[in-house]
Amino acid sequence: MAAQSKDLAKDPAKALAFDLVVVGGGPGGYVAAIRAAQLGLDVALVEREHLGGICLNWGCIPTKALLRSAEVFHLARTADQYGLKIKEIEIDLSAIVQRSRKIAKQLNRGVGHLLKKNKVEVLTGHGRLLGKGRLAVEVDGAAVMEVGAKHIILATGARARDLPGMEADGKQIWNYRHALLADTIPENLLVVGSGAIGIEFASFFNTLGSNVTVVEVLDRVLPVEDEEISALARKAFEKLGMRLLTGVQVRGLEKAAAGITASLELQDGKTEAITVDRVIMAVGIVGNVEELGLEKTKAKIDRTHVLVDQWLATDEPGLYAIGDLAGPPWLAHKASHEGVICVEKIAGVADVHPLNVMNVPGCTYCQPQIASVGLTEAAARAGGHKVRIGRFPFIGNGKAIALGDPEGMIKTVFDETSGELLGAHMIGPEVTELIQGFAVARSLESTEAELLHTIFPHPTLSEAMHESVLDAMGRGIHF
Amino acid sequence: MPIIITMPALSPTMTEGTLAKWLMKEGDAVNSGDMLAEIETDKATMEVEAIDEGILARILVAEGTEGVAVNAPIAILLEAGEDASALDNAVPATAPTAPAPAAPAAPAPVAPVTPISAPAATLAATPASATATGARILVSPLARRMAAQAGLDLAVIKGSGPRGRIVKADIEAAIAGGATGVPRGAAIATAAPAAAAAPSQGASPFEGEFELQPLSTMRKTIARRMSESKREAPHFYLTMDCELDALLALRKDLNARADGAFKLSVNDLVIKAAAVALMKVPDANVGYGDEGIRRYKTADISVAVASARGLITPVIRNANGKGLEAISREMRELAQKANDGKLMPEEYLGGSFSVSNLGMYGVKQFDAVINIPQACILAVGAGEQRPVVKDGALAIATVMSVTLSVDHRAVDGAIGARFLAAFRSLIEAPMTMLL
Repeated sequence: MAAQSKDLAKDPAKALAFDLVVVGGGPGGYVAAIRAAQLGLDVALVEREHLGGICLNWGCIPTKALLRSAEVFHLARTADQYGLKIKEIEIDLSAIVQRSRKIAKQLNRGVGHLLKKNKVEVLTGHGRLLGKGRLAVEVDGAAVMEVGAKHIILATGARARDLPGMEADGKQIWNYRHALLADTIPENLLVVGSGAIGIEFASFFNTLGSNVTVVEVLDRVLPVEDEEISALARKAFEKLGMRLLTGVQVRGLEKAAAGITASLELQDGKTEAITVDRVIMAVGIVGNVEELGLEKTKAKIDRTHVLVDQWLATDEPGLYAIGDLAGPPWLAHKASHEGVICVEKIAGVADVHPLNVMNVPGCTYCQPQIASVGLTEAAARAGGHKVRIGRFPFIGNGKAIALGDPEGMIKTVFDETSGELLGAHMIGPEVTELIQGFAVARSLESTEAELLHTIFPHPTLSEAMHESVLDAMGRGIHF
Repeated sequence: MPIIITMPALSPTMTEGTLAKWLMKEGDAVNSGDMLAEIETDKATMEVEAIDEGILARILVAEGTEGVAVNAPIAILLEAGEDASALDNAVPATAPTAPAPAAPAAPAPVAPVTPISAPAATLAATPASATATGARILVSPLARRMAAQAGLDLAVIKGSGPRGRIVKADIEAAIAGGATGVPRGAAIATAAPAAAAAPSQGASPFEGEFELQPLSTMRKTIARRMSESKREAPHFYLTMDCELDALLALRKDLNARADGAFKLSVNDLVIKAAAVALMKVPDANVGYGDEGIRRYKTADISVAVASARGLITPVIRNANGKGLEAISREMRELAQKANDGKLMPEEYLGGSFSVSNLGMYGVKQFDAVINIPQACILAVGAGEQRPVVKDGALAIATVMSVTLSVDHRAVDGAIGARFLAAFRSLIEAPMTMLL
């Protein structure tokens, strides 16, 4: 990966000054770098480990590969429902993991090609700010070069949060990274945290046969989702055999040869100890703010996030932060979009608009899938909106029934006065692919009228979106 | 090449109009200067004159279609020697507002007698999206609805969205900036559900039955201009009584000498007096604009006329420089045209000062709404015999109360009062008007 740095050595005076240096090659950083190159900026990207970042190497993509294997397994196991007989199904975990790694590798190489095609200079190493628009690239702790830039974007992402005394060790206590390289399907698995990451791994191992217990400190699973969706998800997970404990604190983990024992403090104050083979810690993330040389700048840090304004600028002139490093929501597509906004603002593109968090969709790829955009019903009401709510269950959708997957529903939240689509919340088959329809609607500032007039193709799952809007207006046809 | 006839802009403020009537039908030979159709604008009904010659091959907008945007195609002329197949490419190729579906609809030759209904329907369905120059306003659906609910004119809002699109944030900013129109509560109560409700259904179940009369373009303009005036212009009112006996005597004398050639009305004399008074107090002959005060050089008197179609204000230009006979004749012609809906834009646009006279209906006194951007309007009541005190004794005089409504942004109280005093002295000593 150090190939380009050789070229730099030929003409250091020229090559070591850039219009823009991006630190971090994840979905925020590499997209920012490519967009900047498109806009005619002379761009370098500093990456210490692998292009594509966590998302592509250790997050979004490899987990989707694993979950696809789980889904195929699930379908094979229930093949008789479709009139098919499959006698023997065997799980080959190492092949499943290998497939996931191969896909990550393929995409990692793809990002390299894209950067090359766009003439982005990739500098391999750790980026450390030196102040005044200068940055050292370090390899194994030693500076190998120094670059100067008019603008520096920090896109160093985040990592799994460790709880004191419960640090992931890769053996009995896993974080997402360990879980992605699983060498065993634990007979008994405890997942701490019921956000997207925890639930996706819980879903994966549950499908493959683990006895899965999920503990969540808040009073419901997937706590950022709409309460109704959260409740339906809980029901669906329990039906699939998961055990879900909410309002629970993990007081400690005790490792032993026979297993690892978690002391849980339940909602009613009682305690419970459960012994499992593996624990997956999924209690959120912390931004990678360390070792960046931020102390040499005026940039401010709030806990583990760099503080930025609406254009992603820090308090240090010419220094910006995007993606997970700049705070929630911790989503790859949010990071990419911030990268584009930040770069376009730097390049003076007309019509740049700050990110509207309400337009950022979120997806969880468990079984059943969950997706949402905008305000939950409770948030809309708390925000003073008079709302109209639409609901449509997939049991009323022909395509879902034909797929053999008719569980779940689509909920829409409208402002009664203006007709604005405030939010959409989905649980059910392929809803992660459906949510963009409502994201487009939000982005275009659609009211119920445009959605009502949109023709949804039949037979598709998307018809349930239309029906949900119809229901909000008291006009549902199919339920 | 087939010639596309478009909706003409008959006045600078016209953005849309009603195609009231076709005066020719498909297949008719058209000569330059022929009257093709009648267009009802926001102010009047006017005829569209043919510029080119040919056959009126296709009418694109049916009679009675409202809200036809300026520059929208309304008909197609075929030149000599062209046949109907030339029409196929004409509409999509040259018509900027013709919708995309019109293109695939046209492959087979269509008989010229078959009107294309799609463009007409589409044009009628997109009324508010054009500026005075006919350009499309980009606005998000949500912003459009919020603006309608708040009574905001989209044409004056600057869009911050992609390619200048007006978005929710712009409407919120406009509302926060105090640009609200109608009371919000009232509009909101019926807003979202109204989209689905039957059009003639009242806002409240206790509201009596009514027949919903669609707003004519003229009614819409009156509504918009009047609310804009009351919203924007801080009105104040000054009332004064004028004795009319001398003026009535002069009028009688002049009319007796006219030998039927003219017949002056009291209103003609009021117009003249107002014009002369404005020359004496030019500070009242002004208009207000954000860019500055418009100090008009001549007294162009807009006279409110109650036509059968609604209120309109034809203008007697340079009334200060015109004799009474000329004013009287011009006024009669303009009133007739107003009644027939035939006023030309140059006959009703502009004006530096307005006069509204309801005396003939027995109204004693009233306060008129300022005809912005003008700063003043004079509301004239009935001349009637009233007891007055003269030299310490009770007497009878014919008295007329007039009230000046003044836009305080442009004109202060003392100036308004000086104008009224000048007006009264002219009315009470009418010979001085001739000086």
